[in-house]
Amino acid sequence: MADTKPLSFQQIILKLHNYWSDRGCVILQPYDMEMGAGTFHPATTLRALGPDPWNAAFVQACRRPTDGRYGENPNRLQHYYQYQVVLKPSPPDIQQLYLDSLVAIGIDPMLHDIRFVEDDWESPTLGAWGLGWEVWCDGMEVTQFTYFQQMGGFDCKPVAGELTYGLERLAMYIQNVDSVYDLDFNGNGVSYGDIFLDNEKQMSAWNFEVADTETLFDLFNKAVVECENCLEAKLPIPAYEQAIKASHVFNLLQARGVISVQERASYMGRVRDLAKGSCEAHMIKNGWAA
Amino acid sequence: MTDFLLELLSEEIPARMQAKARADLQRLFTEQMTAAGLKAGAITVWSTPRRLALIARGLPAQTEAVSEEAKGPPEAAPDQAVEGFCRKNEVTRDQLEVRDVKGRPTYFAVINKPGRDTQDVLAEAIPAIIRAFPWPKSMRWGDASASTESLRWVRPLSGIVAIFGDDLVPCEIDGMTSAYDTVGHRFHHDGMITIGNADDYVEKLRACHVIVDHEERQNIIRDGAAKAASDAGLELVEDEGLVIENAGLTEWPVPLLGAFDPAFLDVPEEVIQLTARVNQKYFVCKYPPNAQDGGGAPPSAVPAATSPSLRDREEKLAPYFVCTANIDASDGGKAIVAGNEKVLAARLSDAKFFWELDQKTALEDHAKKLSNIVFHEKLGTVADKVERVAKLAEWLASLEGTGLLRANPEQTKQAARLCKADLVTEMVGEFPELQGLMGGYYAEKEELPVEVSQAIRDHYKPVGQGDDVPTDPVTVWVSLADKLDTLACFFAIDEKPTGSKDPFALRRAGIANLSLWHDNKLRGSHLKVLRQAIAIAAEQMPTLKERLENLSKAAGVSENLLKRAIDREAEELWGFLVDRLKVQQREAGVRHDLIDAVFALGGEDDLVRLLARVKALQAFVETTDGENLLAGYKRASNILKKEGAGAVRVERSRDTDEGRHGLSTSLETNGEGLKPLSYTPEKAEKTLIDALDAAQPQVTAAIEAEQFEQAMTALAALRGPIDQFFEDVTVNDDDGAKREARLALLARFRNAVHQVADFSKIEG
Repeated sequence: MADTKPLSFQQIILKLHNYWSDRGCVILQPYDMEMGAGTFHPATTLRALGPDPWNAAFVQACRRPTDGRYGENPNRLQHYYQYQVVLKPSPPDIQQLYLDSLVAIGIDPMLHDIRFVEDDWESPTLGAWGLGWEVWCDGMEVTQFTYFQQMGGFDCKPVAGELTYGLERLAMYIQNVDSVYDLDFNGNGVSYGDIFLDNEKQMSAWNFEVADTETLFDLFNKAVVECENCLEAKLPIPAYEQAIKASHVFNLLQARGVISVQERASYMGRVRDLAKGSCEAHMIKNGWAA
Repeated sequence: MTDFLLELLSEEIPARMQAKARADLQRLFTEQMTAAGLKAGAITVWSTPRRLALIARGLPAQTEAVSEEAKGPPEAAPDQAVEGFCRKNEVTRDQLEVRDVKGRPTYFAVINKPGRDTQDVLAEAIPAIIRAFPWPKSMRWGDASASTESLRWVRPLSGIVAIFGDDLVPCEIDGMTSAYDTVGHRFHHDGMITIGNADDYVEKLRACHVIVDHEERQNIIRDGAAKAASDAGLELVEDEGLVIENAGLTEWPVPLLGAFDPAFLDVPEEVIQLTARVNQKYFVCKYPPNAQDGGGAPPSAVPAATSPSLRDREEKLAPYFVCTANIDASDGGKAIVAGNEKVLAARLSDAKFFWELDQKTALEDHAKKLSNIVFHEKLGTVADKVERVAKLAEWLASLEGTGLLRANPEQTKQAARLCKADLVTEMVGEFPELQGLMGGYYAEKEELPVEVSQAIRDHYKPVGQGDDVPTDPVTVWVSLADKLDTLACFFAIDEKPTGSKDPFALRRAGIANLSLWHDNKLRGSHLKVLRQAIAIAAEQMPTLKERLENLSKAAGVSENLLKRAIDREAEELWGFLVDRLKVQQREAGVRHDLIDAVFALGGEDDLVRLLARVKALQAFVETTDGENLLAGYKRASNILKKEGAGAVRVERSRDTDEGRHGLSTSLETNGEGLKPLSYTPEKAEKTLIDALDAAQPQVTAAIEAEQFEQAMTALAALRGPIDQFFEDVTVNDDDGAKREARLALLARFRNAVHQVADFSKIEG
């Protein structure tokens, strides 16, 4: 990293695309819905169910309204990118595959301290859990590494391995910058801040101050009803999209501070029911036994 | 005799699970060997993040041959039965012996089991050990996970090395077979390593940058971290937990010193330490004594030497840390240190941001947000709890009486109102374990009275036995009010601990409450305080009040419903606390039966006095006088029990209100048996009467003066007379008048003893 110019943000993505494409992955584009993590992408959630092999890699924009800092915090964003790899069934050399991908983006494991540190994963809203690690590079968490054990309340048969790279963190590390907004985006004069700083400022204001809460409550309820409607029509994929929608609206309501602690659990429970219902319908539609 | 090596290779095993995994491996192996009749010499177990290893020395090559006998059917039994027996025991008919069993010729099979090769025993034992391994959490993986029945391990199991002597122990589990091959360090060594036997295992791994002995790695980290610090003129803040954790995260540990911007030292050092330790697993460093400007930091970098602090910072944190890398990096660790410094700086700047942001809001305003946090669905929000605690703390601080701590009620109320405010601060949101401490710091920054900031900081104390017990009056009352409210409220909604379940940690709150009273020698009626705590809760929460009133109704009470319910709840809670007292005092060697004996008197609800009585009693019953008096008491008590009538008369006064509240030292029963005798008493009878006449007023006076040893001495004077009485006098005399008078005398004796304690509760 010392002598050559480090990879730009988009080069990191391209390198990872090439790397995983060479290893037989389907390279997908981001899902066109707002979601809190790449795990929500149907290519992760729904594809983790059932017996069919599935290998895919994609970038997913993640929205976490409560993490917004009006562009003032160098490390926190309400909108950022994850690089997501799903390998099902988990291959025996998955750790080595992952480590080689780090080498591909310019991290030399003889120069840096790469470690697998226990971190179990659980998503109450997806009714999912898995075991794995957070991967540390010189003390920084750069990837979440999970073996899915359950999704939507169903045992994963077989188990999928999920790799979630924090792209901004990795890029800040590789480019040695202290603020996300200083990241070199394209290697040709455009920074991350040029693209996203205004977005962060405006979206933070909207998330925290402006978003009309009545509309949001209404959206939430409509998503719930629509999800149930889809489930009745035995259409798990659109049902699951409504679950994603409800989940994101719930996150927005949280950011607006209008959901009390008491109500929080019940809202999360409703989202979980939608997600689980969609997963169940997906299993049934495909004729997979629980 | 042959040595055995087993290595179970795995993807990274969580550090915190490794110690138990080693113990489990040793236990399971030993169980397998014992079941096969094999006894190993020394067994060693090691762990790294990627492997569990076991070496068993000196195993025999074979198990011993065993001869067993099985009794079969009688000789006269049908052929079918005999053949079945042969099949079952794998013998032929001509191998059977006939022996006489109670006159009946019966078949016997003698089964000679030859010794088995240990090799074979091991080959069976290894899969059994793997399948039985009790990981706290386990998982499935890979192709095999298409079935939920596939092998489970803590993380994917990736290899098995099993060598007996120089021979491979061939075994297979879920498609994985044992081998001589293992892997070295993940980055320092490519490819496989072939192990020859138990003796070359450690050194072959070491050559490939794996130190398999966890204790050796711990030593390297402990010594290396200390040296890295001292080389820079610093002192490492020792942390054995961190040593063990880092040893569990590395196969080739390399401690490295890094630094952070001294400007971060504005943040309380507990925060820095937690950030470094919990999030990053770093050691922190301090300046050695009398070397405040040492360590290479410019003098200006040492901040806040003059700023007043809650804590006496004798040893100041230095802006350095030690991280433990898992690699001998090609640049000597420069890049690793730079990376770790960056991560810590980002963490600390978050912490500094929280620290500064939190201070922009006064604690009083933070506290308002507590109304958004539910304390318990039946007990309102945390703000409601705080309101109750404030009322109770103010009331406690205003209590008049000797043996109580004088605290400013206003300060006490203020501290109580603010004590939970830090729960909604960003910092405590990030580090819940800093609750209290942060509130204390923020209160200090607001320049609130030191009594108030101290109380906010320490009101959770004591947390568990052995923790410091607060002594500052304001802190004591706030801490007590917090715990008493928790106890009173959860008891009032019937959420009491049962068996091993105590979800609201009421036992701990109970013990903390007792420690506060005990260590501060607080005097006064516990029941009164408990009643107040319940009353405050009932006043605040109409549903709770209604619940209590309904309880009274259900118990058939018709008036003063709330008061009667509060009385009952307080009694129950006091009983619970006395039970906790037995547990708490066990370590101090105080006998639980003696606590029962004093508690059973009723009316004693002054903790300090109760314990003083118990201790005096314990000293007494362990003397010969005490033992004999106890024997005399039991004899008298048995006779009275048999005769029934006397007992009823004597017990009567204990159920009246006077008997229950205040101190039952006057014991109206004193005079009851004193009807003039219609006959001339026998000598021993007269002696006992005289002794009681003399002792009773002495016991009463001594108890009133809280001179419990004196009360015991006075009781001891009854020992001789009661022994003599039983020796010489027949209680169950044919003359009804004598009999009645003597029973009354025994009752009087028992009452005298009961002034001190209910001896019937004393064991032995």
